[in-house]
Amino acid sequence: MDAAGLQRLSDYAWQLPARGAMRVPAIIFADAALLAAMDDKVREQAANVAMLPGIVHASYAMPDAHWGYGFPIGGVAAFDPEEGGVVSAGGVGFDISCGVRCLLTGLKAAEIMPLQARLADALYAAIPAGVGSTGTLRLDAAEMQAMLAGGARWAVQRGYGEAADLERIEEGGRMAGAEPDAVSEHARRRQRDEMGTLGSGNHYLEVQRVAEVCDPHIAAVYGLALDDVVVSIHCGSRGLGHQIGTEFLREMAVAAAGHHITLPDRELACAPIDSVIGQRYLGAMRAAVNCALANRQMLTHLTRRVFAQIFLHARLPLLYDVSHNTCKVEEHEVDGRRRRLYVHRKGATRAFGPGHPDLPPALRAVGQPVLIGGSMGTASYVLAGSERGMRLAYGSACHGAGRAMSRHEATRRWHGRAVVDELAARGILIRSPSLRGVAEEAPHAYKNVSAVVEVADRAGLARKVARLAPLVCIKG
Amino acid sequence: MPGTSSHPVYWEHYPHEADMGVRGFGATPEQAFEQAALALTAIVTDPDSVRPQQRVAVACTAPDAGLLLVDWLNAIIYEMATRHMLFRRFEVHLAEGRMHGAAWGERVDAARHQPAVEPKGATYTSLAVRRLEDGSWLAQCVVDV
Repeated sequence: MDAAGLQRLSDYAWQLPARGAMRVPAIIFADAALLAAMDDKVREQAANVAMLPGIVHASYAMPDAHWGYGFPIGGVAAFDPEEGGVVSAGGVGFDISCGVRCLLTGLKAAEIMPLQARLADALYAAIPAGVGSTGTLRLDAAEMQAMLAGGARWAVQRGYGEAADLERIEEGGRMAGAEPDAVSEHARRRQRDEMGTLGSGNHYLEVQRVAEVCDPHIAAVYGLALDDVVVSIHCGSRGLGHQIGTEFLREMAVAAAGHHITLPDRELACAPIDSVIGQRYLGAMRAAVNCALANRQMLTHLTRRVFAQIFLHARLPLLYDVSHNTCKVEEHEVDGRRRRLYVHRKGATRAFGPGHPDLPPALRAVGQPVLIGGSMGTASYVLAGSERGMRLAYGSACHGAGRAMSRHEATRRWHGRAVVDELAARGILIRSPSLRGVAEEAPHAYKNVSAVVEVADRAGLARKVARLAPLVCIKG
Repeated sequence: MPGTSSHPVYWEHYPHEADMGVRGFGATPEQAFEQAALALTAIVTDPDSVRPQQRVAVACTAPDAGLLLVDWLNAIIYEMATRHMLFRRFEVHLAEGRMHGAAWGERVDAARHQPAVEPKGATYTSLAVRRLEDGSWLAQCVVDV
């Protein structure tokens, strides 16, 4: 992206002033190098978001922002219902509540390395992954309804995991305000076989080693020490969320004119928060959040079972569970006034700072764990929400590395088998049903996650706590 | 100039940073729709690896051609997801904002198809259904994967 026309707010923030139909400026968090590498489409899309009714203060792009559809991936925007604000199906996206959770294991890397291959094979056998894979659980109509209303709480009640997990999940494991009746039969049908499945593409389950501790105090509060083994799970609301996104995107795009909304891009499909369709979408979207939370909870249960078979005394408490694609009602201080806003994060992580009342008591003093996924050969990070980040972008941070090239380009450059062998030589075991899928997700197809995290830290969006290196990756 | 049988009928992918664009060309909009669906299959697997054994009927209605293309591709994505199938042959009939058609394919075989990624939904990003200068037709959009 060319910096021409952008005002430099700091070494890590750039502002595109409001002009034309933009109601507010667009602010991009990046250093000069990340900004130069960003696609021009990020600027265009962040500016388009700034045109939507009721947007407050600015449209934001996180350091990992890349060309999305409608919103940039890594886009954050808040809307005020009292100022005609909107809720946007495009601003949440198809994979509603796609997110990451991180489990502690209490094991050191030296303990698992002799059993690394056995662990990889056992996890691969236990975790349904890849296109066409199905879970073992089939929900009847009543159970589907209960799952959509209950989220991870429903899963725990059904024996998947422990009650202690719930306080380590955003919204206490259950998104309030879900309206299962707003979820279509098609969406339910698409989910029928998919509970407890990982999905495909960039979704994964990784066994990781704490390779570096950047903030010893916060790391200790999170229960992370050098060479500890953790498990990270990245997946979302599966077919149900995809179908809800598909249906409401279309409905909102068609209805926009009736709400006197001019869409700069059809993909920004939105509706007034207080409209019938806006409320129906919020109810369905929240049910999809619950589906994602339940799904990650079920995968956690499967993971714990595998660990218990191999490491008899291993317990896997949950460090935290974050969601990336959401619209949530939050209170934020804007220009000295507390306001109740509908915060959209599309490919961005909520990153609440220290003292936030929504955080569990054990974490409240240091801020929310922010889990950043990398690519399967590089690194992932644990960050902590910061006081400053609450003021910068509604308590939001980046969510991952972001792709550096298209899937097509990746398959042109690499072969899946070679990627698997090369990573095995470096001590990273990949298990996947699809070698083509592995090639598309090759480590170098992604940007350098460390650079993205460094900028997030220096910009003040979140504080760097620990770096995680992969040991085993189950790829869908 | 009307589209003629001399116009090439084919599909291609085009780059999108996070996802993938599908594009179909043909002598008629129907052929362009069919080819775009084939490009959708090619996101997941080599279409030549899919056996057209089972027929699934699809019908959509939309206020304009662009929405109709997205509806058509999303209908195929739905059938792929719920039937755990991949499709290799498509047939489309268009008339005044309505389409009906069919897809032929088989159940996913992970070992044989090596399915790379599941499409989540067709988007309105770079959505276009239009006639080109030479009279042939193009149908395209980005698919979220």
